[in-house]
Amino acid sequence: MRYFPNDPQTRQEMLQRIGVSRPEDLFAAIPANLQLTSLLNISAPRSEYALLKELKAKAASYPSELPSFLGAGVYRRFIPSAIAPIVSRAEFLTAYTPYQPEVSQGTLQAMFEFQTMLSLLTGMEVANASMYEGASATAEAVMMAKRVYAKGSKVLVSAGLHPEYLETLRTYLSFGDLELVLIPLQANGQTDLEALKAQLDETALCSVLQRVNFYGVIEDASAHAALLEGFKALNIEVLPEMTALGLLKTPGELGVDIFVGEGQSLGLPVSYGGPNLGVFACKAEFMRKMPGRLSGMTEDSRGERAFCLTLSTREQHIRREKATSNICSNQALMALWVTIYLSLLGKSGLRQLAQTNLTLADYARQQMGAAGLKLRYSGAVYNEFVLELPCNAGLWVDKIQHEGLLAGVNLNRFNAEDESGLLLSFTELNSKQEIDLLVSKLKELL
Amino acid sequence: MEVRAELKYTEEHEWLSIQGNKATLGITDFAQNKLGDIVFVELPEVGTIVEAGETIGNIESVKAVSEIFCPVAGEVTEVNKDLEDEPDLVNTSCFDDGWIVKIRIDSSDLTDANLMSDEEYTQHCANE
Repeated sequence: MRYFPNDPQTRQEMLQRIGVSRPEDLFAAIPANLQLTSLLNISAPRSEYALLKELKAKAASYPSELPSFLGAGVYRRFIPSAIAPIVSRAEFLTAYTPYQPEVSQGTLQAMFEFQTMLSLLTGMEVANASMYEGASATAEAVMMAKRVYAKGSKVLVSAGLHPEYLETLRTYLSFGDLELVLIPLQANGQTDLEALKAQLDETALCSVLQRVNFYGVIEDASAHAALLEGFKALNIEVLPEMTALGLLKTPGELGVDIFVGEGQSLGLPVSYGGPNLGVFACKAEFMRKMPGRLSGMTEDSRGERAFCLTLSTREQHIRREKATSNICSNQALMALWVTIYLSLLGKSGLRQLAQTNLTLADYARQQMGAAGLKLRYSGAVYNEFVLELPCNAGLWVDKIQHEGLLAGVNLNRFNAEDESGLLLSFTELNSKQEIDLLVSKLKELL
Repeated sequence: MEVRAELKYTEEHEWLSIQGNKATLGITDFAQNKLGDIVFVELPEVGTIVEAGETIGNIESVKAVSEIFCPVAGEVTEVNKDLEDEPDLVNTSCFDDGWIVKIRIDSSDLTDANLMSDEEYTQHCANE
Protein backbone atom coordinates (compact mmCIF):
# COMPACT_ATOMS: atom_id res chain seq x y z
CA MET A 1 0.00 0.00 0.00
CA ARG A 2 1.29 3.47 -0.86
CA TYR A 3 0.64 6.36 1.44
CA PHE A 4 0.85 9.25 -1.06
CA PRO A 5 -1.84 11.86 -0.65
CA ASN A 6 -4.13 12.42 -3.61
CA ASP A 7 -3.16 15.31 -5.90
CA PRO A 8 -5.71 18.07 -6.62
CA GLN A 9 -6.65 16.53 -9.97
CA THR A 10 -7.41 13.11 -8.43
CA ARG A 11 -9.42 14.79 -5.70
CA GLN A 12 -11.46 16.66 -8.31
CA GLU A 13 -12.13 13.38 -10.14
CA MET A 14 -13.23 11.69 -6.91
CA LEU A 15 -15.62 14.55 -6.13
CA GLN A 16 -17.06 14.37 -9.64
CA ARG A 17 -17.56 10.63 -9.37
CA ILE A 18 -19.70 10.97 -6.23
CA GLY A 19 -21.48 14.03 -7.54
CA VAL A 20 -20.14 16.68 -5.16
CA SER A 21 -18.70 19.95 -6.41
CA ARG A 22 -16.53 21.07 -3.47
CA PRO A 23 -14.90 19.14 -0.58
CA GLU A 24 -16.81 21.44 1.85
CA ASP A 25 -20.07 19.92 0.60
CA LEU A 26 -19.05 16.63 2.18
CA PHE A 27 -19.63 18.27 5.56
CA ALA A 28 -23.06 19.65 4.71
CA ALA A 29 -24.64 17.45 7.40
CA ILE A 30 -22.83 19.48 10.08
CA PRO A 31 -24.80 22.65 10.93
CA ALA A 32 -23.07 25.76 9.57
CA ASN A 33 -22.68 27.34 13.02
CA LEU A 34 -20.67 24.33 14.17
CA GLN A 35 -18.30 24.37 11.22
CA LEU A 36 -14.90 25.96 11.66
CA THR A 37 -14.44 28.71 9.11
CA SER A 38 -11.36 30.47 10.44
CA LEU A 39 -7.99 29.27 11.67
CA LEU A 40 -7.64 28.02 15.24
CA ASN A 41 -6.68 30.71 17.70
CA ILE A 42 -3.27 29.30 18.56
CA SER A 43 0.20 30.77 18.47
CA ALA A 44 2.46 30.66 15.45
CA PRO A 45 4.48 27.54 14.65
CA ARG A 46 7.98 27.17 16.10
CA SER A 47 10.80 24.67 16.01
CA GLU A 48 10.61 21.37 17.85
CA TYR A 49 13.42 22.46 20.15
CA ALA A 50 11.75 25.76 21.01
CA LEU A 51 8.47 23.98 21.67
CA LEU A 52 10.02 21.38 23.98
CA LYS A 53 11.84 24.09 25.92
CA GLU A 54 8.63 26.03 26.39
CA LEU A 55 6.63 22.97 27.47
CA LYS A 56 9.31 21.84 29.92
CA ALA A 57 9.41 25.28 31.49
CA LYS A 58 5.63 25.23 31.82
CA ALA A 59 5.64 21.71 33.32
CA ALA A 60 8.29 22.74 35.86
CA SER A 61 6.05 25.51 37.15
CA TYR A 62 3.57 22.88 38.42
CA PRO A 63 4.29 20.61 41.37
CA SER A 64 4.73 17.11 39.95
CA GLU A 65 4.62 14.58 42.78
CA LEU A 66 2.19 15.85 45.40
CA PRO A 67 1.33 13.22 47.98
CA SER A 68 -2.04 12.01 46.69
CA PHE A 69 -5.01 10.32 48.31
CA LEU A 70 -7.09 10.29 45.15
CA GLY A 71 -8.73 7.03 44.14
CA ALA A 72 -12.44 6.69 43.34
CA GLY A 73 -11.98 4.09 40.64
CA VAL A 74 -8.43 4.86 39.51
CA TYR A 75 -5.60 3.70 41.75
CA ARG A 76 -1.96 4.72 41.96
CA ARG A 77 0.41 1.79 41.86
CA PHE A 78 4.12 1.29 42.03
CA ILE A 79 4.98 0.15 38.52
CA PRO A 80 8.05 -2.08 38.15
CA SER A 81 10.50 -0.66 35.59
CA ALA A 82 10.63 -3.91 33.60
CA ILE A 83 7.10 -3.51 32.24
CA ALA A 84 7.45 -0.56 29.87
CA PRO A 85 10.43 -1.93 27.87
CA ILE A 86 8.73 -5.30 27.35
CA VAL A 87 5.40 -3.77 26.35
CA SER A 88 7.22 -1.40 24.00
CA ARG A 89 8.78 -4.20 21.95
CA ALA A 90 7.91 -3.65 18.31
CA GLU A 91 6.35 -7.11 17.97
CA PHE A 92 3.76 -6.21 20.58
CA LEU A 93 3.35 -2.54 19.71
CA THR A 94 2.57 -3.14 16.05
CA ALA A 95 0.64 -6.41 16.09
CA TYR A 96 -3.01 -5.54 16.10
CA THR A 97 -5.91 -7.76 15.16
CA PRO A 98 -4.59 -11.33 15.30
CA TYR A 99 -7.02 -12.83 12.81
CA GLN A 100 -4.13 -14.64 11.10
CA PRO A 101 -2.86 -16.97 13.82
CA GLU A 102 0.10 -18.11 11.70
CA VAL A 103 1.68 -14.66 12.02
CA SER A 104 0.32 -13.64 15.43
CA GLN A 105 1.43 -16.36 17.84
CA GLY A 106 3.14 -13.94 20.22
CA THR A 107 0.15 -11.64 20.57
CA LEU A 108 -2.24 -14.57 20.85
CA GLN A 109 -0.14 -16.23 23.52
CA ALA A 110 0.08 -12.99 25.50
CA MET A 111 -3.73 -12.77 25.37
CA PHE A 112 -4.01 -16.40 26.44
CA GLU A 113 -1.68 -15.84 29.40
CA PHE A 114 -3.69 -12.76 30.40
CA GLN A 115 -6.91 -14.77 30.33
CA THR A 116 -5.31 -17.55 32.35
CA MET A 117 -4.01 -15.16 35.03
CA LEU A 118 -7.31 -13.32 35.31
CA SER A 119 -9.12 -16.63 35.51
CA LEU A 120 -6.82 -17.72 38.36
CA LEU A 121 -7.10 -14.38 40.14
CA THR A 122 -10.90 -14.28 40.00
CA GLY A 123 -11.54 -18.00 40.31
CA MET A 124 -13.87 -17.71 37.32
CA GLU A 125 -13.80 -20.42 34.65
CA VAL A 126 -13.45 -18.19 31.58
CA ALA A 127 -11.93 -14.72 31.20
CA ASN A 128 -11.88 -12.89 27.87
CA ALA A 129 -8.98 -11.01 26.31
CA SER A 130 -10.28 -7.77 27.93
CA MET A 131 -12.78 -5.02 27.25
CA TYR A 132 -12.13 -1.27 27.06
CA GLU A 133 -12.74 -0.29 30.69
CA GLY A 134 -14.75 -1.25 33.75
CA ALA A 135 -17.79 0.97 33.14
CA SER A 136 -18.70 -0.30 29.67
CA ALA A 137 -17.72 -3.83 30.72
CA THR A 138 -20.35 -3.55 33.48
CA ALA A 139 -22.97 -2.54 30.92
CA GLU A 140 -21.82 -5.43 28.71
CA ALA A 141 -22.31 -7.81 31.65
CA VAL A 142 -25.93 -6.68 32.00
CA MET A 143 -26.48 -7.07 28.23
CA MET A 144 -25.01 -10.57 28.52
CA ALA A 145 -27.32 -11.43 31.41
CA LYS A 146 -30.22 -10.67 29.09
CA ARG A 147 -28.87 -13.21 26.60
CA VAL A 148 -28.61 -15.81 29.36
CA TYR A 149 -31.99 -15.11 30.96
CA ALA A 150 -34.17 -13.74 28.18
CA LYS A 151 -37.27 -13.37 30.36
CA GLY A 152 -35.61 -11.12 32.92
CA SER A 153 -36.29 -7.41 32.66
CA LYS A 154 -35.39 -5.81 35.98
CA VAL A 155 -31.77 -4.79 36.46
CA LEU A 156 -31.06 -4.51 40.18
CA VAL A 157 -28.08 -2.28 40.86
CA SER A 158 -26.50 -1.51 44.20
CA ALA A 159 -26.20 2.22 44.95
CA GLY A 160 -22.59 1.40 45.84
CA LEU A 161 -21.74 1.02 42.15
CA HIS A 162 -19.27 3.63 40.87
CA PRO A 163 -21.45 6.59 39.74
CA GLU A 164 -19.71 6.73 36.36
CA TYR A 165 -20.34 3.01 35.82
CA LEU A 166 -23.97 3.61 36.73
CA GLU A 167 -24.19 6.47 34.26
CA THR A 168 -22.72 4.28 31.51
CA LEU A 169 -25.17 1.51 32.35
CA ARG A 170 -28.08 3.97 32.25
CA THR A 171 -26.96 5.09 28.79
CA TYR A 172 -26.97 1.48 27.56
CA LEU A 173 -30.36 0.85 29.15
CA SER A 174 -31.94 3.95 27.64
CA PHE A 175 -32.30 1.80 24.53
CA GLY A 176 -34.41 -1.33 24.91
CA ASP A 177 -36.89 -2.24 27.60
CA LEU A 178 -34.80 -3.18 30.61
CA GLU A 179 -35.69 -1.37 33.83
CA LEU A 180 -33.04 -0.25 36.30
CA VAL A 181 -33.85 -0.46 40.00
CA LEU A 182 -31.36 1.10 42.39
CA ILE A 183 -30.89 -0.75 45.69
CA PRO A 184 -29.97 1.73 48.46
CA LEU A 185 -27.12 1.47 50.96
CA GLN A 186 -27.66 0.95 54.68
CA ALA A 187 -26.27 3.29 57.30
CA ASN A 188 -23.09 1.17 57.58
CA GLY A 189 -22.37 1.68 53.88
CA GLN A 190 -23.26 -1.84 52.74
CA THR A 191 -25.98 -2.50 50.20
CA ASP A 192 -29.37 -3.02 51.83
CA LEU A 193 -29.89 -6.72 51.11
CA GLU A 194 -33.41 -6.62 52.57
CA ALA A 195 -34.33 -4.03 49.95
CA LEU A 196 -32.74 -6.25 47.33
CA LYS A 197 -34.70 -9.26 48.57
CA ALA A 198 -37.95 -7.34 48.17
CA GLN A 199 -37.14 -6.83 44.49
CA LEU A 200 -36.26 -10.44 43.73
CA ASP A 201 -38.80 -12.24 41.60
CA GLU A 202 -38.84 -13.98 38.24
CA THR A 203 -38.58 -10.67 36.38
CA ALA A 204 -35.26 -9.87 38.08
CA LEU A 205 -32.60 -10.16 35.38
CA CYS A 206 -29.49 -9.65 37.47
CA SER A 207 -28.09 -8.06 40.60
CA VAL A 208 -25.05 -5.84 40.12
CA LEU A 209 -22.95 -5.51 43.27
CA GLN A 210 -19.65 -3.65 43.49
CA ARG A 211 -17.73 -5.90 45.87
CA VAL A 212 -15.64 -3.15 47.48
CA ASN A 213 -18.16 -0.45 46.80
CA PHE A 214 -17.56 3.07 45.56
CA TYR A 215 -17.50 4.38 49.13
CA GLY A 216 -14.84 1.86 50.08
CA VAL A 217 -17.07 -0.48 52.09
CA ILE A 218 -16.66 -4.24 51.56
CA GLU A 219 -19.99 -5.82 50.68
CA ASP A 220 -21.25 -9.09 52.15
CA ALA A 221 -20.83 -10.99 48.89
CA SER A 222 -21.62 -14.37 50.51
CA ALA A 223 -24.98 -13.13 51.77
CA HIS A 224 -25.62 -11.55 48.37
CA ALA A 225 -24.93 -14.86 46.61
CA ALA A 226 -27.11 -16.77 49.09
CA LEU A 227 -29.96 -14.33 48.52
CA LEU A 228 -29.88 -14.93 44.77
CA GLU A 229 -30.04 -18.70 45.13
CA GLY A 230 -33.31 -20.06 43.80
CA PHE A 231 -33.73 -17.10 41.45
CA LYS A 232 -32.71 -16.95 37.81
CA ALA A 233 -31.28 -13.48 38.29
CA LEU A 234 -27.56 -13.48 37.52
CA ASN A 235 -25.04 -12.50 40.16
CA ILE A 236 -22.79 -9.80 38.65
CA GLU A 237 -19.79 -8.70 40.68
CA VAL A 238 -17.99 -5.46 39.86
CA LEU A 239 -14.57 -4.64 41.31
CA PRO A 240 -12.66 -1.51 40.24
CA GLU A 241 -9.83 -2.03 42.77
CA MET A 242 -8.77 -5.53 41.79
CA THR A 243 -5.80 -5.82 44.14
CA ALA A 244 -8.41 -6.48 46.84
CA LEU A 245 -8.56 -10.01 45.38
CA GLY A 246 -5.18 -10.56 47.04
CA LEU A 247 -7.13 -10.89 50.30
CA LEU A 248 -10.79 -11.43 49.47
CA LYS A 249 -12.43 -14.72 48.57
CA THR A 250 -12.59 -15.05 44.80
CA PRO A 251 -15.87 -14.35 43.00
CA GLY A 252 -15.58 -17.88 41.59
CA GLU A 253 -15.70 -19.33 45.11
CA LEU A 254 -18.78 -17.23 45.87
CA GLY A 255 -20.72 -18.51 42.86
CA VAL A 256 -20.66 -15.22 40.93
CA ASP A 257 -22.02 -15.63 37.38
CA ILE A 258 -20.26 -12.69 35.70
CA PHE A 259 -17.28 -10.78 37.06
CA VAL A 260 -16.26 -7.34 35.83
CA GLY A 261 -13.15 -5.53 36.96
CA GLU A 262 -11.09 -2.46 36.16
CA GLY A 263 -7.64 -3.67 35.17
CA GLN A 264 -6.12 -0.20 35.68
CA SER A 265 -5.79 -1.14 39.34
CA LEU A 266 -3.35 -3.89 38.31
CA GLY A 267 -0.38 -1.66 37.62
CA LEU A 268 -1.50 0.60 34.79
CA PRO A 269 -0.23 4.19 35.02
CA VAL A 270 -2.52 7.01 36.07
CA SER A 271 -2.38 9.48 33.24
CA TYR A 272 -5.51 11.59 33.01
CA GLY A 273 -7.31 8.54 34.41
CA GLY A 274 -6.06 5.89 32.04
CA PRO A 275 -5.66 4.04 29.76
CA ASN A 276 -8.05 1.66 31.37
CA LEU A 277 -8.72 -2.01 30.91
CA GLY A 278 -11.99 -3.88 31.23
CA VAL A 279 -11.69 -7.30 32.86
CA PHE A 280 -14.51 -9.68 32.03
CA ALA A 281 -14.96 -13.25 33.26
CA CYS A 282 -17.84 -15.68 33.67
CA LYS A 283 -18.91 -19.26 34.32
CA ALA A 284 -18.07 -21.70 31.51
CA GLU A 285 -21.75 -22.46 30.92
CA PHE A 286 -22.28 -18.87 29.73
CA MET A 287 -19.19 -18.69 27.52
CA ARG A 288 -21.09 -18.54 24.25
CA LYS A 289 -23.03 -15.51 25.52
CA MET A 290 -19.85 -13.59 26.36
CA PRO A 291 -18.82 -10.38 24.65
CA GLY A 292 -15.29 -9.75 23.44
CA ARG A 293 -12.57 -11.87 22.00
CA LEU A 294 -11.04 -15.03 23.36
CA SER A 295 -7.68 -16.58 22.63
CA GLY A 296 -7.62 -20.36 22.77
CA MET A 297 -4.93 -22.99 22.88
CA THR A 298 -4.94 -25.61 20.17
CA GLU A 299 -2.58 -27.70 18.01
CA ASP A 300 -1.15 -26.78 14.64
CA SER A 301 -0.84 -29.13 11.64
CA ARG A 302 2.34 -30.63 13.14
CA GLY A 303 0.65 -31.35 16.45
CA GLU A 304 2.50 -28.56 18.25
CA ARG A 305 0.97 -26.14 20.75
CA ALA A 306 -0.51 -23.10 19.01
CA PHE A 307 -2.91 -20.27 19.80
CA CYS A 308 -5.83 -18.86 17.85
CA LEU A 309 -8.91 -16.71 18.37
CA THR A 310 -11.71 -19.01 19.41
CA LEU A 311 -15.50 -18.96 19.70
CA SER A 312 -15.41 -16.16 17.14
CA THR A 313 -18.91 -17.02 15.99
CA ARG A 314 -20.10 -14.75 18.82
CA GLU A 315 -18.33 -11.83 17.23
CA GLN A 316 -19.31 -9.11 14.82
CA HIS A 317 -17.13 -10.08 11.87
CA ILE A 318 -18.98 -13.40 11.65
CA ARG A 319 -22.32 -12.88 13.33
CA ARG A 320 -23.06 -9.32 12.19
CA GLU A 321 -26.01 -7.70 13.98
CA LYS A 322 -26.61 -10.83 16.10
CA ALA A 323 -23.13 -10.63 17.65
CA THR A 324 -22.94 -10.73 21.44
CA SER A 325 -21.35 -7.28 21.49
CA ASN A 326 -20.21 -4.54 19.15
CA ILE A 327 -16.84 -4.67 20.87
CA CYS A 328 -14.67 -6.81 18.62
CA SER A 329 -11.28 -5.58 19.76
CA ASN A 330 -9.49 -5.54 23.09
CA GLN A 331 -6.98 -3.46 25.01
CA ALA A 332 -4.19 -5.78 23.91
CA LEU A 333 -1.26 -3.65 25.02
CA MET A 334 -2.77 -2.82 28.40
CA ALA A 335 -3.71 -6.48 28.90
CA LEU A 336 -0.09 -7.37 28.21
CA TRP A 337 1.00 -4.71 30.71
CA VAL A 338 -1.20 -6.26 33.40
CA THR A 339 0.05 -9.75 32.51
CA ILE A 340 3.63 -8.66 33.09
CA TYR A 341 2.68 -6.78 36.26
CA LEU A 342 0.96 -9.83 37.72
CA SER A 343 3.78 -12.17 36.76
CA LEU A 344 6.31 -9.86 38.45
CA LEU A 345 4.23 -9.73 41.62
CA GLY A 346 3.27 -13.38 41.79
CA LYS A 347 0.65 -14.78 44.13
CA SER A 348 2.40 -13.90 47.39
CA GLY A 349 3.40 -10.48 46.06
CA LEU A 350 -0.19 -9.61 45.30
CA ARG A 351 -1.26 -10.76 48.75
CA GLN A 352 1.45 -8.60 50.36
CA LEU A 353 0.42 -5.65 48.23
CA ALA A 354 -3.21 -6.03 49.27
CA GLN A 355 -2.13 -6.35 52.91
CA THR A 356 -0.08 -3.14 52.63
CA ASN A 357 -3.05 -1.26 51.19
CA LEU A 358 -5.37 -2.56 53.89
CA THR A 359 -2.89 -1.76 56.68
CA LEU A 360 -2.30 1.80 55.48
CA ALA A 361 -6.01 2.55 55.18
CA ASP A 362 -6.57 1.04 58.61
CA TYR A 363 -3.79 3.18 60.07
CA ALA A 364 -5.32 6.28 58.46
CA ARG A 365 -8.74 5.40 59.81
CA GLN A 366 -7.41 5.05 63.33
CA GLN A 367 -5.36 8.25 63.19
CA MET A 368 -8.27 10.23 61.77
CA GLY A 369 -10.65 8.81 64.37
CA ALA A 370 -8.23 9.76 67.11
CA ALA A 371 -7.97 13.27 65.64
CA GLY A 372 -11.73 13.70 65.97
CA LEU A 373 -12.57 13.28 62.29
CA LYS A 374 -15.80 11.47 61.51
CA LEU A 375 -16.23 8.49 59.19
CA ARG A 376 -19.43 8.37 57.19
CA TYR A 377 -19.78 4.58 57.26
CA SER A 378 -18.94 2.00 59.87
CA GLY A 379 -18.63 -0.97 57.47
CA ALA A 380 -15.28 -2.73 56.94
CA VAL A 381 -13.10 -1.18 54.24
CA TYR A 382 -10.17 -2.18 52.04
CA ASN A 383 -8.09 0.84 51.00
CA GLU A 384 -10.66 3.62 50.67
CA PHE A 385 -13.18 5.32 52.91
CA VAL A 386 -15.39 8.40 53.21
CA LEU A 387 -14.87 11.16 55.75
CA GLU A 388 -17.93 13.11 56.81
CA LEU A 389 -16.60 16.66 57.06
CA PRO A 390 -18.24 19.33 59.20
CA CYS A 391 -18.36 21.67 56.22
CA ASN A 392 -18.01 21.85 52.45
CA ALA A 393 -15.55 19.20 51.27
CA GLY A 394 -14.48 21.32 48.29
CA LEU A 395 -13.18 24.07 50.59
CA TRP A 396 -11.03 21.61 52.52
CA VAL A 397 -9.70 19.98 49.38
CA ASP A 398 -8.64 23.40 48.05
CA LYS A 399 -7.05 24.49 51.32
CA ILE A 400 -5.06 21.26 51.69
CA GLN A 401 -3.96 21.39 48.07
CA HIS A 402 -2.40 24.78 48.79
CA GLU A 403 -0.39 23.02 51.48
CA GLY A 404 0.89 20.53 48.92
CA LEU A 405 -1.39 17.53 49.42
CA LEU A 406 -4.16 16.06 47.26
CA ALA A 407 -6.53 15.22 50.11
CA GLY A 408 -9.06 13.07 48.28
CA VAL A 409 -12.04 13.18 45.95
CA ASN A 410 -14.88 15.54 46.75
CA LEU A 411 -18.05 13.42 46.46
CA ASN A 412 -19.95 16.49 45.36
CA ARG A 413 -18.46 15.81 41.95
CA PHE A 414 -20.70 12.74 41.67
CA ASN A 415 -23.73 13.88 43.65
CA ALA A 416 -24.82 17.52 43.82
CA GLU A 417 -26.53 16.96 47.17
CA ASP A 418 -23.43 15.55 48.80
CA GLU A 419 -21.42 18.51 50.11
CA SER A 420 -19.60 17.04 53.05
CA GLY A 421 -18.23 13.73 51.78
CA LEU A 422 -14.53 13.26 51.06
CA LEU A 423 -13.41 9.95 49.55
CA LEU A 424 -9.82 9.05 50.45
CA SER A 425 -7.72 6.29 48.97
CA PHE A 426 -4.54 4.71 50.35
CA THR A 427 -2.17 2.63 48.27
CA GLU A 428 1.36 1.31 48.63
CA LEU A 429 2.56 4.69 47.33
CA ASN A 430 1.39 6.45 50.49
CA SER A 431 3.82 6.40 53.42
CA LYS A 432 2.79 6.65 57.05
CA GLN A 433 4.53 10.04 57.15
CA GLU A 434 2.29 11.26 54.35
CA ILE A 435 -0.76 10.00 56.18
CA ASP A 436 0.37 11.70 59.41
CA LEU A 437 0.83 14.94 57.47
CA LEU A 438 -2.66 14.64 55.97
CA VAL A 439 -4.19 13.94 59.38
CA SER A 440 -2.48 16.99 60.87
CA LYS A 441 -3.70 19.23 58.02
CA LEU A 442 -7.25 17.92 58.36
CA LYS A 443 -7.12 18.40 62.13
CA GLU A 444 -6.05 22.01 61.71
CA LEU A 445 -9.23 22.65 59.76
CA LEU A 446 -11.55 21.11 62.32
CA MET B 1 -29.15 -34.40 -0.90
CA GLU B 2 -31.70 -36.44 1.01
CA VAL B 3 -35.32 -35.27 1.24
CA ARG B 4 -37.94 -37.40 2.93
CA ALA B 5 -41.47 -37.63 1.58
CA GLU B 6 -43.22 -37.96 4.94
CA LEU B 7 -41.87 -34.65 6.27
CA LYS B 8 -42.84 -30.99 5.90
CA TYR B 9 -40.25 -28.28 5.24
CA THR B 10 -39.70 -24.58 5.86
CA GLU B 11 -37.99 -21.93 3.75
CA GLU B 12 -35.31 -21.69 6.45
CA HIS B 13 -34.48 -25.38 5.98
CA GLU B 14 -36.11 -26.93 9.02
CA TRP B 15 -38.04 -30.15 8.71
CA LEU B 16 -41.14 -31.07 10.71
CA SER B 17 -42.61 -34.47 11.38
CA ILE B 18 -46.23 -33.87 12.41
CA GLN B 19 -48.44 -36.38 14.21
CA GLY B 20 -51.69 -34.85 15.39
CA ASN B 21 -50.73 -31.93 17.63
CA LYS B 22 -47.15 -33.15 18.11
CA ALA B 23 -44.29 -32.09 15.95
CA THR B 24 -40.61 -33.02 15.86
CA LEU B 25 -38.27 -30.43 14.35
CA GLY B 26 -34.76 -30.64 12.93
CA ILE B 27 -32.69 -29.12 10.15
CA THR B 28 -32.49 -30.60 6.68
CA ASP B 29 -29.70 -32.45 4.96
CA PHE B 30 -29.28 -29.44 2.64
CA ALA B 31 -28.85 -27.14 5.68
CA GLN B 32 -26.37 -29.34 7.57
CA ASN B 33 -24.33 -29.73 4.41
CA LYS B 34 -24.21 -25.95 3.84
CA LEU B 35 -23.29 -25.26 7.48
CA GLY B 36 -20.41 -27.71 7.59
CA ASP B 37 -19.09 -29.22 10.82
CA ILE B 38 -21.54 -28.41 13.60
CA VAL B 39 -19.83 -27.73 16.92
CA PHE B 40 -22.65 -26.54 19.16
CA VAL B 41 -26.43 -26.57 19.28
CA GLU B 42 -28.13 -24.16 21.64
CA LEU B 43 -31.41 -25.70 22.75
CA PRO B 44 -34.45 -24.00 24.29
CA GLU B 45 -35.71 -25.01 27.72
CA VAL B 46 -38.51 -27.54 27.98
CA GLY B 47 -41.72 -25.63 28.62
CA THR B 48 -40.76 -22.65 26.46
CA ILE B 49 -43.79 -21.18 24.71
CA VAL B 50 -43.00 -20.27 21.11
CA GLU B 51 -44.80 -18.08 18.63
CA ALA B 52 -44.92 -19.13 15.00
CA GLY B 53 -41.75 -17.92 13.23
CA GLU B 54 -39.82 -17.38 16.47
CA THR B 55 -36.22 -18.42 17.07
CA ILE B 56 -35.91 -21.42 19.37
CA GLY B 57 -32.18 -21.91 19.32
CA ASN B 58 -28.93 -21.60 17.42
CA ILE B 59 -26.71 -23.94 15.49
CA GLU B 60 -23.04 -23.11 15.49
CA SER B 61 -20.73 -24.54 12.88
CA VAL B 62 -17.04 -23.82 12.45
CA LYS B 63 -17.87 -20.97 10.10
CA ALA B 64 -21.23 -19.54 11.16
CA VAL B 65 -24.06 -19.40 13.64
CA SER B 66 -27.57 -19.90 12.31
CA GLU B 67 -30.85 -19.51 14.09
CA ILE B 68 -33.38 -22.30 14.32
CA PHE B 69 -36.86 -21.03 13.55
CA CYS B 70 -40.06 -22.69 14.68
CA PRO B 71 -42.76 -22.30 12.02
CA VAL B 72 -45.63 -23.20 14.35
CA ALA B 73 -46.86 -21.85 17.68
CA GLY B 74 -46.78 -24.18 20.65
CA GLU B 75 -44.85 -25.42 23.65
CA VAL B 76 -41.49 -27.16 23.68
CA THR B 77 -42.09 -30.59 25.28
CA GLU B 78 -38.70 -32.21 24.73
CA VAL B 79 -35.21 -31.25 23.55
CA ASN B 80 -32.52 -33.55 22.18
CA LYS B 81 -30.05 -33.59 25.09
CA ASP B 82 -27.68 -35.85 23.10
CA LEU B 83 -26.76 -32.80 21.02
CA GLU B 84 -25.09 -31.18 24.05
CA ASP B 85 -22.27 -33.72 23.88
CA GLU B 86 -22.58 -34.80 20.26
CA PRO B 87 -23.64 -31.80 18.18
CA ASP B 88 -22.30 -33.54 15.07
CA LEU B 89 -25.34 -35.87 15.17
CA VAL B 90 -26.95 -33.06 13.18
CA ASN B 91 -24.35 -33.70 10.47
CA THR B 92 -24.40 -37.48 10.57
CA SER B 93 -28.11 -38.11 11.15
CA CYS B 94 -30.09 -34.92 10.62
CA PHE B 95 -33.47 -36.64 10.15
CA ASP B 96 -33.14 -39.23 12.92
CA ASP B 97 -30.72 -38.98 15.88
CA GLY B 98 -30.03 -35.32 15.08
CA TRP B 99 -33.59 -34.09 15.74
CA ILE B 100 -33.64 -30.88 17.77
CA VAL B 101 -36.94 -30.29 19.61
CA LYS B 102 -40.43 -31.72 20.04
CA ILE B 103 -43.32 -29.30 20.20
CA ARG B 104 -46.98 -29.50 21.20
CA ILE B 105 -48.68 -27.46 18.51
CA ASP B 106 -51.36 -24.96 19.59
CA SER B 107 -53.53 -25.35 16.55
CA SER B 108 -53.78 -28.15 14.06
CA ASP B 109 -54.48 -25.64 11.30
CA LEU B 110 -51.04 -25.21 9.76
CA THR B 111 -51.99 -23.30 6.63
CA ASP B 112 -50.33 -20.12 7.95
CA ALA B 113 -47.05 -21.92 8.58
CA ASN B 114 -46.23 -22.00 4.86
CA LEU B 115 -44.89 -25.53 5.08
CA MET B 116 -43.62 -27.18 1.92
CA SER B 117 -43.91 -30.74 0.67
CA ASP B 118 -40.79 -32.71 -0.22
CA GLU B 119 -41.18 -31.80 -3.89
CA GLU B 120 -41.69 -28.11 -3.21
CA TYR B 121 -38.69 -28.14 -0.87
CA THR B 122 -36.46 -29.84 -3.45
CA GLN B 123 -37.41 -27.07 -5.86
CA HIS B 124 -36.76 -24.44 -3.15
CA CYS B 125 -33.23 -25.79 -2.62
CA ALA B 126 -32.58 -25.86 -6.35
CA ASN B 127 -33.39 -22.13 -6.45
CA GLU B 128 -31.02 -21.19 -3.61
